[in-house]
Amino acid sequence: MGYFDSFADFVRMGNHGIFVWSVYAITVLTILGHWLGLRLQRRRVINELQRLKKRGHL
Amino acid sequence: MALSLTPVWRWFHRWTSPPNFYRISRPWAHGLMAVGGTALFVAWIWGLVFAPEDYLQGNSYRIIFVHVPSASASLALYLTMAITAVISLVWKIKLADMVIRQCIPVGLTLTALALISGAIWGRPTWGVYWIWDARLTSMLLQLFLFIGMWAIHTAIDQQKLADRATAILVLVGFVNLPIIKWSVDWWNTMHQPATIRITGETTMVWEMLAPLLLSMAATYCVVAALVLYRTRWEILYRERKTRWVQDELGIRGKA
Repeated sequence: MGYFDSFADFVRMGNHGIFVWSVYAITVLTILGHWLGLRLQRRRVINELQRLKKRGHL
Repeated sequence: MALSLTPVWRWFHRWTSPPNFYRISRPWAHGLMAVGGTALFVAWIWGLVFAPEDYLQGNSYRIIFVHVPSASASLALYLTMAITAVISLVWKIKLADMVIRQCIPVGLTLTALALISGAIWGRPTWGVYWIWDARLTSMLLQLFLFIGMWAIHTAIDQQKLADRATAILVLVGFVNLPIIKWSVDWWNTMHQPATIRITGETTMVWEMLAPLLLSMAATYCVVAALVLYRTRWEILYRERKTRWVQDELGIRGKA
């Protein structure tokens, strides 16, 4: 498998697996967090507009 | 002089008008995200699976494909924010304030990611997660600058004042940027100096350098896309009382 002899070797990363994989996991979580952040921004605008509409400000 | 600049000035104002920027930024945001996301995926597979291991550090060096792109992008983003802050303070362009506001969370997470990935890399390499070295300390200061910008913008209720205070903080914190960049050359740091050099020799084999450069380019694209997406929502929020935004979202009053 690429540079590694086996999948187990790839996961182990020569005893550095925990360091390498935790960094990549945190990065994936960060990207997911930003995706969620964009959804929240969208919600904020729509909620605010609906609130204005309900109060008859639009 | 002023007269000859008028067409350029008018064009600049029209181009940076929120509705126009909202319209033209859409394909850019989608395009950059598609290209950046794909390239990042390829770069990670390349770096994690195919690149050889380092003869000194073993496999822990594979953290570089996250660490260097996020650190580098955070500095580039700060530079962009500083230029935008000057535009905001000198020419009072509304769009500039919106861009700065939305760069904050992106810069904050990039800086945090660089610090965290660096700390995790430090443990197997230096034997410690953290050391008060010039590079690490100045980078931590950048994290606090981003937190400070966020706090200031949130704490001040009046929009214009909040934007202005944030832009000023961006410029004050700008002195930290060259310190981060050249700390490894100015002081004897535990952190190694730059491996990739635009002038001078790059001390890295091609098999490692290629996925690193790809992951850097990909990160820049994703970050640019993220700032564009965030700015687009910021535009809709700040202009929510205008007709075009209400039409855009299909939420309208009784007319």
